[in-house]
Amino acid sequence: MSTIQDTAGRRTTPRGAYFEPVFEGLCFAAATALLASLGGVLISLMIGGWPAFAQFGLGFFTTSTWDPVRQIYGAAGPIVGTLVTAAVALLIALPVAGAVAFFLVELCPPILRRPIGTAVELLAGIPSIVYGMWGLFVFAPFFAQTVEMPLMAAAAPGSFWEALVQGIPNGSGILAASIILAIMILPFMAATLRELLMTVPPQVRESAYGLGATMQEVVMKVTLPYVRRGAIGAVMLGLGRALGETMAVTFIIGNSHDFPTSLFASGSTIASTIANEFTEATSPMHTASLIALGLILFLITFAVLAMARLLLRNQTRG
Amino acid sequence: MAVSASRIASRQIANLVFAGFCILFTAFALAALAAILWSLASQGIGGVNLAILTQDTPAAGSTGGGLRNAIVGSILMGVEAMSIAIVVGVLAGTWLAEYSGQSRYGSLIRFLNDVLLSAPSILVGLFVYQLLVERTIGHFSGIAGGVALALIAAPVITRTTEDVLNLQPTALRESGIALGTPVWTVTRSILWRAAGSGMLTGILLAFARISGETAPLLFTALGNLNFSTDMMQPMANLPKVIFDFALSADDNWRRLAWVGSLLIAATVLAITIIARAFAKEPNRS
Repeated sequence: MSTIQDTAGRRTTPRGAYFEPVFEGLCFAAATALLASLGGVLISLMIGGWPAFAQFGLGFFTTSTWDPVRQIYGAAGPIVGTLVTAAVALLIALPVAGAVAFFLVELCPPILRRPIGTAVELLAGIPSIVYGMWGLFVFAPFFAQTVEMPLMAAAAPGSFWEALVQGIPNGSGILAASIILAIMILPFMAATLRELLMTVPPQVRESAYGLGATMQEVVMKVTLPYVRRGAIGAVMLGLGRALGETMAVTFIIGNSHDFPTSLFASGSTIASTIANEFTEATSPMHTASLIALGLILFLITFAVLAMARLLLRNQTRG
Repeated sequence: MAVSASRIASRQIANLVFAGFCILFTAFALAALAAILWSLASQGIGGVNLAILTQDTPAAGSTGGGLRNAIVGSILMGVEAMSIAIVVGVLAGTWLAEYSGQSRYGSLIRFLNDVLLSAPSILVGLFVYQLLVERTIGHFSGIAGGVALALIAAPVITRTTEDVLNLQPTALRESGIALGTPVWTVTRSILWRAAGSGMLTGILLAFARISGETAPLLFTALGNLNFSTDMMQPMANLPKVIFDFALSADDNWRRLAWVGSLLIAATVLAITIIARAFAKEPNRS
């Protein structure tokens, strides 16, 4: 009897409980590894890019001479190219993505809703190099023929328009790259917006319709304001993608380091410059300048993505 | 009455214009995306033959040849990346869902993981280049390529693992613990099993994401014109082959680039469709 009392008073540790802290420690280490890798990206870019910042100072941001032969590097061309292509891409993609999302949520016949919704989501996963290939071989010739040449012919000599459409009408350049970027971020933005719009409680939409609001009024004055923060977050995520996109742009932007002055001129973005030159960098300073470009891209996208995530969190996460 | 009638009319016109704009732009977007798929299929399928799988990338100017070295390289690096990313991602996601609680460190990691999820992949390539190619191994290698891809896949797995674990009811954890089971056994044998299909979806989506990634491979795995399974050496991979061949003037190379694009796009679509079939809730929000 006494033995039973003994064991009853003393609870045995369950089998395997000794590994409890080990498992928790492993999980913690894995989570910390993610933090470390993001920190590692930042630190490695700072260390690698430092020689370029030390050598050129502020001129690295403001000059646009990129000359590996004379060892002079100014990154204004790629920086402005990145910002301009991303902004123009967003300007094109935003109304279209909004239209697709509104169409799917409010207008689409139920029988088409699932197929179109699924197609949009699937297309969001197509790798960017495929968009780049298409841009180079299919879109560029089409764009040169139907947009660039007529526009250049129509622009009055000496006007502002003429300055804007200068360049070689070969289908590659700032505007062409922006359009490809827009097509690439479009499915992603449309899918996110649609998901957000579907979180609006049916009562909210139905009471607006019940008051006699038209579809346009329901969308613009009720459902869109309801998901406002999340929608801005989705747009910023799209912008983040456009800023950091490499392959789709590299194929079609023309890869010139000059400061872009016209929509049809060749240009470059930070990502395309790194992709094109990094493995062929001719000197340590060339490599350092490319890594410094990477750091600038990191800081821009980090700011945009951080803002996007902060805005999106309250909408889509409990 | 006249005023209100004209107001109703103008509202209806605005509505019609808006609806027309939505339909037109949707048609436009779908047409652009259909055009991409169409040129992919029409340009790619013509070049598909058995040699794609059995022969290596040809020299410039020659005819024939295939993509065997690139396909094998992509698979090897994909396997390496996924084996790292699954371990890190599942454990990190488990930590975030089960152990982090309300801690500030937990929300910091959650936030940074979300940023990492959509950070430019070319920067991951630059990081791995400096860490492995320049400082540790000393030259381009398949290993470095796999690590770069793992860094892109892990955040995806972390995020989905955390999300599906959070969907599991607290009662499930409590009932396990009430039976005297250690918490880590509850996590492994009950929670992971219950959340299995969702976690598998995340893993498949992560695989789809890395199978077309090009930028991080450019200066980690580099590429290799010959067949090689040595992970310590530069390794051929599909995206890099597409990039090089598409920008060349060689017709045969261009044909192979289209075939490669078709292969990648088909793989990604197939994986995504399988992943969606596994997902119990397609419209997680």
